Amino acid sequence: MSNSVSVEDVRRVAELASLELTSEEETRMLRDLNAILDHVSQLNELDTSAVMPMAQVSEVISDSQTATVLRVDEVRPSLDRSLIMAGAPETDGAFFKVPKVIER
Amino acid sequence: MAIETAEAKTPSISDIRSSLESGARNASAVVEACFRQIEARDKEIHAYLSINRERALAQAARIDDLAAKGNPLPVLAGVPVGIKDVLTIEGLQATAGSKILQGYRAPYTATAVQKLEAAGAIVLGKLNCDEFAMGSSNENSAYGPVHNPHALDRVPGGSSGGSAAAVASGMAVATLGTDTGGSIRQPASFCGVVGVLPTYGRVSRYGLIAFASSLDRIGPFAANVRDAATVFGVVAGHDPLDATSSPLPVPDYTAGLDKGVAGLKLGVPSEYFAEGLDPEVRAAVERSIDQLRAAGALIKPISLPHTRYAIPTYYIIATAEASANLARFDGVRYGFRAKDADTLSAMYRRSRDGGFGAEVKRRIMLGTYALSAGYYDAYYKKAQQVRRLLTEDFLKAFAEVDAILTPTAPTPAFKLGEKVDDPVSMYLADIYTVTASLAGICGLSVPCGKSAEGLPIGLQILGKHFDEAMVLRVAQIVEFVQS
Repeated sequence: MSNSVSVEDVRRVAELASLELTSEEETRMLRDLNAILDHVSQLNELDTSAVMPMAQVSEVISDSQTATVLRVDEVRPSLDRSLIMAGAPETDGAFFKVPKVIER
Repeated sequence: MAIETAEAKTPSISDIRSSLESGARNASAVVEACFRQIEARDKEIHAYLSINRERALAQAARIDDLAAKGNPLPVLAGVPVGIKDVLTIEGLQATAGSKILQGYRAPYTATAVQKLEAAGAIVLGKLNCDEFAMGSSNENSAYGPVHNPHALDRVPGGSSGGSAAAVASGMAVATLGTDTGGSIRQPASFCGVVGVLPTYGRVSRYGLIAFASSLDRIGPFAANVRDAATVFGVVAGHDPLDATSSPLPVPDYTAGLDKGVAGLKLGVPSEYFAEGLDPEVRAAVERSIDQLRAAGALIKPISLPHTRYAIPTYYIIATAEASANLARFDGVRYGFRAKDADTLSAMYRRSRDGGFGAEVKRRIMLGTYALSAGYYDAYYKKAQQVRRLLTEDFLKAFAEVDAILTPTAPTPAFKLGEKVDDPVSMYLADIYTVTASLAGICGLSVPCGKSAEGLPIGLQILGKHFDEAMVLRVAQIVEFVQS
């Protein structure tokens, strides 16, 4: 677990996360991520080679306490389309509109 | 019984019920009194992001109509409530404390809110919180911070700061908040109210704007334990619309409140009383433990040995999940869209950059980094492994004790601005709360004293999965010996 993040790392991760950071934000992010990851590095004190990762609480509680039964697969009404479209920044009524995807 | 809060006499749920039944005061009057309190106090506290006066008064009129006709009243008839603005209500704004959702109106109602309204509760408005529930002080709200009703220069805690402050100042009788790493319990402690963290899966999350899905929970705030138990019983239960909600039947959480603690085994983990604990908090919590012993409980020292690894574990898991959940905010279907972008990818980036605040960006960045190629095993998988160790600590402890007692937070409410420039120090405010979040167990914070300056101090009571009745029963004694 290396705890030193470079400015290149910050730019790469920002691109993965679809964030556009100003150079001021990059500097601050670099400082903060290194401080947080430095704190996180104490997890290395623990030998976890024999420990199964735990993704969900349901893994540690009994089956009777969790909903393991799938619901009936039946057609049910969805939300009204016009209601959803009313909340969008730009639509033609039937579809969401976005800037062009392919440059030419 | 009237409850003494920061400065007002707030009626309890049973006060409201008896005044409705006797005709002494109707629901409209109860709701109007809350609105007057909001007008008097919320300019300086800023707990509410939006008020829905007409809607609330129409609901109150329906309750008064029921009462006038002599019909049976539902359990929360006429109880004025506020809802953290990460939960949706059809037709009303849902900002999640973020600019990216400014102006958004939800097309459907969250199950927890729907259950409250079906039980006769009156929703007054939506409550301020840290942006996307990410924060421990409410200073990350895009709409400005909430101020602690007990000391306006102090934070109310976070992220459900508005939910805690509204109850503490009599601007609602009960509220809903959410808790991912301590966001109900820590503000409850800072504001001197009761805040319940239900077991993971006990309350449906349909209609909750997600932060970290393996951790997020919805729970109530109230001025006393009985009211919290009543509201909790209404919102708990299975929901076909949330596949993570448990099918276990919901007991009457108020039924066993007065059983007392005689013979109960209560564990006190040494790790929660180590370096960094404020002496006044320690004294108040230890006094509470002594009072529980005097009431007949067996106090047992226990160890939760992985506690010190909880904060780093939490901040990897929560941010990794947040980075995935917040990918949906892309300027396409709802919320803010940057106007100046001429390609799709630039529109995504600029909308997110313009819409998200600094802490949200920081967490998306950390989570994306922890999940990225080459770092996944070192951070995300490692954190999931330590999550299991932390959970096993609790499962072993609960083989020997009925509930666990700790401070809720290491200090009373800190000053606004005190920690904003130091994310690690802010994250450490959650040091006693993130463990239960990771393990999925239930808990609550109940007031157990005040500092010399008059700032509230909370006792955290943690219980086994689905054993909320136990933590409420212990809390009832803590509250009783205070009064």
